[in-house]
Amino acid sequence: MSEEQIKDLEEQFEARIARDEKIEPKDWMPEKYRKTHIRQMSQHAHSEVVGMLPEGNWITRAPSLRRKVALLAKIQDEAGHGLYLYSACETLGISRDELYDQLHSGKAKYSSIFNYPTITWADMGAIGWLVDGAAIINQVPLCNTSFGPYARAMVRVCKEESFHQRQGYEIMIKLMQGTPEQKEMAQDALNRWWWPSLMMLGPIDAESVHTEQSMKWKLKRKSNDELRQQFIDQTVPQAELIGLTIPDPDLKWNDEKGCYDFGAIDWDEFWQVVKGHGPCNKERMNARVGAWERGEWVRDAAVAYAEKKANKNINKAV
Amino acid sequence: MKKNWPLWEVFVRSKNGLEHRHFGSLHAADADMALENARDVYTRRNEGVSIWVVESKDITASNPEHNGELFEPAQDKVYRHPTFYDLPDEVKYM
Repeated sequence: MSEEQIKDLEEQFEARIARDEKIEPKDWMPEKYRKTHIRQMSQHAHSEVVGMLPEGNWITRAPSLRRKVALLAKIQDEAGHGLYLYSACETLGISRDELYDQLHSGKAKYSSIFNYPTITWADMGAIGWLVDGAAIINQVPLCNTSFGPYARAMVRVCKEESFHQRQGYEIMIKLMQGTPEQKEMAQDALNRWWWPSLMMLGPIDAESVHTEQSMKWKLKRKSNDELRQQFIDQTVPQAELIGLTIPDPDLKWNDEKGCYDFGAIDWDEFWQVVKGHGPCNKERMNARVGAWERGEWVRDAAVAYAEKKANKNINKAV
Repeated sequence: MKKNWPLWEVFVRSKNGLEHRHFGSLHAADADMALENARDVYTRRNEGVSIWVVESKDITASNPEHNGELFEPAQDKVYRHPTFYDLPDEVKYM
């Protein structure tokens, strides 16, 4: 194809997106669109998969059967969300194996919030309430994104995600109705998860390199700073309602703007964790790669069994 | 030698009376495993009463580049629609 023809196709493509038409896997698309989607969707899938690890830590120690079944169901949903997203990603011509390789080799990123440790039961509450809460704010606009398979996967993800946040908030409510130690535990979890949750919504707009292009392709509908403000405005009253204090001395309602002003975020910490120097980066990757390697013989055995069965059927037919 | 699990497409009937609809895809070693995995991945909340799985490589799909010759001929055949035919207002039940 000549450069002019490609330019022509690109213009038609952008016009289709501007008209809110969906793009499906076999449609022509600019290489950059394909690459950006593989990057974002796989990053999203990896986050779901790695996100199971900090919570897996508490399955055997959940304080009641009710909490345990809820936590198990939440983690199972996360596995499911990872799978929806991986298969949506594969429609763009990348294999599952390549995607796993990218995660295991560190070439692909996942949400850096999962590199923080879960040291008390209250962390299950804080993660559900704050981390899933921030994820929902990020994800709801993606149900309308331009790439069909991604949008369809996100509709399913969002439908299932709201129980995750509620079960987390409920854990916090119960702790805040408990003993002084339990209250302290809930407050301590909020103290540790608040700032990383704000960072989860991404770098400030001025430093977000992909925002402009992503807005055009409807991979993003609101900027990181707008999403962060929305998260803060809806979460602060939820904290106050159950007697928790947001760990930000500069947090103050701004009557004029109709939203909260908040303190400076420590972006150095964010970039340190992104670059691999968070408290649990190594532990998470070791757990993930270890599980993959230890599972290899099971995957091979399943293939061998399937082949044996298939051969038996052929022999019977003969 | 490393062999990857093939890709399967999953179709779910959400309730009797409705058709099976494409829900997504997954990897599995064989058809039985594909069905079991489909149950766990796509019907955790009573989304279905019946599942079909078919290996993705067995599906033949049309190419969007040929959409013109495939689908455009139908566009100028307005006489296939009831509104193409003029009837007097007095005619009922037609």
